[in-house]
Amino acid sequence: MSDSRNFVLGVYDDEDVLLAAVGKVRGAGVKIHEVYTPFPVHGLDEELGYKRSRLPIAAFMFGFLGLGLALTMQIWMMGVDWPMIIGGKDFVPLPAFVPVSFEMTVLLAAFGMVATFLVVSDLKPWKDPKMLDIRITDDKHVMAIDLGKNKSVNTDEINSILKDSGAVEINDKEVED
Amino acid sequence: MQVTSPVRNPLITGGKTVHDVTEDICRHVEGKPTKSWLLGFTVAASVFGIGLIAVVATLWNGIGMWGLNKTVGWAWDITNFVWWVGIGHAGTLISAVLLLFRQKWRMAINRAAEAMTIFAVICAAMFPVLHMGRPWLGAYWALPLPNTFGSLWVNFNSPLLWDVFAISTYFSVSLVFWYLGLVPDFATIRDRATGIRKKIYGALSLGWDGAAKTWSRYESVSLILAGLATPLVLSVHTIVSFDFATSVIPGWHTTIFPPYFVAGAIFSGFAMVLTLMLVTRKVFKLEDYITIEHIELMNIVIILTGSIVGIAYITEFFISWYSGVPAEQYAFYNRMQGPYWMAYWTMMTCNVITPQLFWFKKIRTSVGATFALSIVVNIGMWFERFVIIVTSLHRDYLPSSWAMFYPTIYDVGVYLFTFGLFFSAFLLFAKFFPVINMAEIKSIVKSSSAKQSK
Repeated sequence: MSDSRNFVLGVYDDEDVLLAAVGKVRGAGVKIHEVYTPFPVHGLDEELGYKRSRLPIAAFMFGFLGLGLALTMQIWMMGVDWPMIIGGKDFVPLPAFVPVSFEMTVLLAAFGMVATFLVVSDLKPWKDPKMLDIRITDDKHVMAIDLGKNKSVNTDEINSILKDSGAVEINDKEVED
Repeated sequence: MQVTSPVRNPLITGGKTVHDVTEDICRHVEGKPTKSWLLGFTVAASVFGIGLIAVVATLWNGIGMWGLNKTVGWAWDITNFVWWVGIGHAGTLISAVLLLFRQKWRMAINRAAEAMTIFAVICAAMFPVLHMGRPWLGAYWALPLPNTFGSLWVNFNSPLLWDVFAISTYFSVSLVFWYLGLVPDFATIRDRATGIRKKIYGALSLGWDGAAKTWSRYESVSLILAGLATPLVLSVHTIVSFDFATSVIPGWHTTIFPPYFVAGAIFSGFAMVLTLMLVTRKVFKLEDYITIEHIELMNIVIILTGSIVGIAYITEFFISWYSGVPAEQYAFYNRMQGPYWMAYWTMMTCNVITPQLFWFKKIRTSVGATFALSIVVNIGMWFERFVIIVTSLHRDYLPSSWAMFYPTIYDVGVYLFTFGLFFSAFLLFAKFFPVINMAEIKSIVKSSSAKQSK
């Protein structure tokens, strides 16, 4: 693999034009590396053919773990390790364990899911994002096409497809790996 | 593509473009602090400093510095605790519940409301921690760590322990939710900044690059977090109300407490959001983002929750009479006619009567009237907790131990300390963090601007 990759960037300033453009570009047989947007554009992930995130499943599993830990902790401490009579209640009064079990379910589900999200999306404080265009976090949507992965299509052809789909600017960018 | 009903007014006025949003919000983060900000921060920090004296005195000498006695074992501390936690509820309600209900008007206010939640919960936590007397041993009393100070483990039957779990979960989940929302906006500031600011905001933005794949995951994480935070926010004040409702004190032992406390929390929280946002809006010139319509919608929530609180008061009162239990009946008679009658009638006036003024469109769309009434609501809600706590305790089953509670200067000082903490933190947030969620607001710019040009 070479040390740098060449991208063609289609810059769009309207989210609806962008959505239509993604369909057109993919329809023409061009592989899109990624689309960068300043805000979430609804339907963009479907247009790009991304699968639905499995993060909700991770949240469920972490929540289930939290529930299990909370119940184990309470039943073991109150019922097994040091049983005491408190207010004439059972050693293991399950209704009284509901609040703590609920809170720990929510806590682990939320933290586990967010941690998974940060890991799979590779978000970390020391990461250099290598922005392809500085205006992505302001007001421009950028469609990046990796030339190395689109050898079958002529570069000029890609440029004209982008132009036809409504891109306001077309730029070349070399990114070092 | 965003579709909004044609009968709705645009949420952003002034024909803003996406770039205008970046400029309008980032300007305050990037500019030098204004004179009004410096003045506000000096006042808040001074109040914090004065209050700190009372906090140190309490820690040094013990909670004997407060006006508590054998009959009234907790008073201002728990009143302030419940009051601050209640205020915190609006932030999560706005960002989570309104997200699930797809109420787009939340976008302009959720960032600041969530910040308010986090600071309010920190202020609330000060009170149980200080009331421990020796908070450095608190970990053994509050967390399941084996110890020989009492029983080996903490008591999971106790609503006070449930509170520890509820409040800490609530705080940490709210913090994560708030921070996650800030990440794309930190990236915007990073890409406009240079030098050390670029490094700091770069680290805070976690290397966010705006990729569609990340946005897609981000959206599903936000939705699930909202789904988790919704029952969480309802559970927190429910559990706070268990502190009272699971006891056998007349006036506390009622099943109506959980919904009544939750409604009261939302009521006071929205009032505090209005108090803060009306000032922020004016100082930062955000009138195009936080419009009169936003204020009106929040006032409608205040009428609704204020009326629920009013009905709860009347129900409580009726049931105490209908129960035929003399202690229960006396508790309510004593609230209205006893030595603390002023607190009771302040609560009734501020919570039940004055919020009803919002039925008039002129009043609920007036910035001045809303600001005044939002403060009145929070005065009323403070007195509500004071009435519930102190009047139920000071005259209980045994008339020989009846007593009065009078706050000392240290009670006042600790309360002031939390005010200083809250407003200093909020002002720092308003200066260094984007006060409006830019990424979310940008997603409705097109639909709002299209409507305006028609």
